[in-house]
Amino acid sequence: MADFEVPEVTEYPVVPLVKEGAMAHSQPFVAKGEFQQPLGFPGELVDNWKEIAIDKMGELKGKYRSLQVFLDSCVKCGACTDKCHYYLGTADPKNMPVARQDLFRKVYRRYYTFAGKYFPKLVGAEDLTESVLDDWWSYFHQCSECRRCSVYCPYGIDTAEISMAAREVMDSVGKGQKYCNEIIGKVYKIGNNLGLPEAALKDTLEGLEEEVKDDTGLDIKYPCDEKGAEVLLVTPSADFFAEPHVDGLIGYGKVFHQAGISWTTSSYASEAANFGLFIGSYENMRRVSMRIREAALDLGVKRIVFGECGHAWRVAYSFLNTLAGPFDFLDPNYPVPQHVCEFTYDLMQKGALKFDKSANDHRVMTYHDSCNVARASRMGSWPGGQFDIPRALIRAICNNYYDMPPDTIREGTFCCGGGGGLLTDDLMELRVKGSLPRMQALKRVVEDHGVTHLAAICAICKSQFSKIMPYYGFEMDQIISVHQLVGDALVLGTEQ
Amino acid sequence: MSALSVVYALLFYAATVVLIGGLTYKIWQYAKTPAPLKIPTTPAPVTRGGVVMRLAREVVLFESLFKATKWTWIFGWMFHLALLLAFFRHLRYAISPDNPLWPLVSLPVVQTFGKYGGYAMLIGLLGLLGRRVFVDRVRYISAPSDYLMLLMLLGIAGTGMLMTFVSHTDIVALKAFVLGLVRFDWQALPSSPLLVVHLSLVALLMLIFPFSKLLHAPGIFFSPTRNQVDNPRERRHLAPWAAQLETESK
Repeated sequence: MADFEVPEVTEYPVVPLVKEGAMAHSQPFVAKGEFQQPLGFPGELVDNWKEIAIDKMGELKGKYRSLQVFLDSCVKCGACTDKCHYYLGTADPKNMPVARQDLFRKVYRRYYTFAGKYFPKLVGAEDLTESVLDDWWSYFHQCSECRRCSVYCPYGIDTAEISMAAREVMDSVGKGQKYCNEIIGKVYKIGNNLGLPEAALKDTLEGLEEEVKDDTGLDIKYPCDEKGAEVLLVTPSADFFAEPHVDGLIGYGKVFHQAGISWTTSSYASEAANFGLFIGSYENMRRVSMRIREAALDLGVKRIVFGECGHAWRVAYSFLNTLAGPFDFLDPNYPVPQHVCEFTYDLMQKGALKFDKSANDHRVMTYHDSCNVARASRMGSWPGGQFDIPRALIRAICNNYYDMPPDTIREGTFCCGGGGGLLTDDLMELRVKGSLPRMQALKRVVEDHGVTHLAAICAICKSQFSKIMPYYGFEMDQIISVHQLVGDALVLGTEQ
Repeated sequence: MSALSVVYALLFYAATVVLIGGLTYKIWQYAKTPAPLKIPTTPAPVTRGGVVMRLAREVVLFESLFKATKWTWIFGWMFHLALLLAFFRHLRYAISPDNPLWPLVSLPVVQTFGKYGGYAMLIGLLGLLGRRVFVDRVRYISAPSDYLMLLMLLGIAGTGMLMTFVSHTDIVALKAFVLGLVRFDWQALPSSPLLVVHLSLVALLMLIFPFSKLLHAPGIFFSPTRNQVDNPRERRHLAPWAAQLETESK
């Protein structure tokens, strides 16, 4: 099935012994010039890349307090060394968060600190050379920016911040990653990651309406570009056609229908995802975000709701107000933006939705906390609402629910293995190996409680799991959207 | 007064200037560098007061490290607590009984417990060193300076304990020397080889503090993942350079 060894799922999690160079060969494709230029990056590796890279590093540490503090503060205590799913799955020591950071830190120390300038050997400082750049290319594309290490670091050092900075430095010298940068270009050109043009999008939504009508006998709308609608729904473009994503979209539509709230998608902002985050580019992240503001103004909506997508929710919840705010033109009675789980949960609390739990009785559920939702955002008004609200929804619509082991969920959740701009076929080995801890936790509840399905609220998680679950002996359709469960259990039509 | 006394007097002035000047520069650098995005590691407090509590738990109890690994936590916490006790215990050399801090310094918990706290410090440091040597992952990430830092601290603790429990030094003369430094009225340094080694290592510690990973001490207070309030939807957060980006693109 694979030209690499799929890690063995042991009875209990094991921290592997260091295997140097185990993943040194893992590298993503380099972006061609045509995918670099629309983002404002050089088309290919520039001649004086060393000077530019070092200058860029200096610029970034002056712009981001996180970077400056994190580069100085690490004491090499080792608390993070067994926390990264890529280390646990590959045993490559450069996948230990501190070692990954050190690839960047050693260059910072060499050029920007007294100790590194005068005693490089003593403090492990190194010149920026081609082999260092190769290491950066390889290992900063083995970080899914999931922030698990930042939970356990006594100084809160977040490797994601370092990976983002390293990727931005590489972009600035013309070495960009094809997958991320090509996708961002598609958003600028067409409006979404998948390159789904307006006509195709509207076609798809009409098809969906017919499908739901056949299924339910009701005229449930899946509108696009409808001016004056109450809610603008911004959802990952995968929701428009891929399985299991689209069943989530069907679920959102049913909730809007049943609650009697008018809504629309936008063909201009037909993407919730924002890969500008993955490459650490404030400017690109802002450009992508501005499309949502423009669409909201253009359509005259009163609220913005985001569909199920992990990093998109991070950008939406934590950054949208910063990047594209203020949103004083929207209804102040609702948070801007809202997560579709918050939206459905609020309706449920108000008693506006009725569920038939037995519709999900053929499923025994568990829930995967997506990394960006868990550790970089919130839902509801209380800390931890991002864990409680999706679970409250699932428990309200399913009779059979079991959590995975406690150190693998909530703030300690493991990344699916495909986040942070790594969901690409050129990194398949990394993706399979990196999903080991999650698969191990899943196997636990499958064996102990007969769990049949894993629910998630992230397009990347859903795509990743459909692809890698078969490597571990599961079926690809064992991963489903939370709003598929909602849609299946929601009692439609007027109450008798 | 001996040449040694003069050299050590000058050394401690220099070390103090470097320590305070260096730390002030780093703190100023951290404070003026903007944090353009809200990146608290969530779940995070939604109020300022909550953030103060989070930082306090982090600084006093090493909360995140406790979540991560109990062994490193126990050794690390033991070392830092002993260091704090040792600091207060040593204050008696630098202040006279009419100082408002004196009652705190003369507390039995500081003076008596602090004396035996040296053992805790030693055990903590040896534990941390052991981890660095024997755990393959921690060995992999250790640079020479990481070992030397621990050896230096072991040297400070070891010489200090030798002077407390084995070969006493003239602490009355030592106090006169230290107070002389504080009052710019230099006095002779008692000639004890253990004391000279102890003081040299302490001066070294002060000198390298602002240039090394010891910056974790001010760093924790400036760490955006720990010190930010989780309220991005309620309040717009905008760094000056990001605001400039907005005016330029309009």
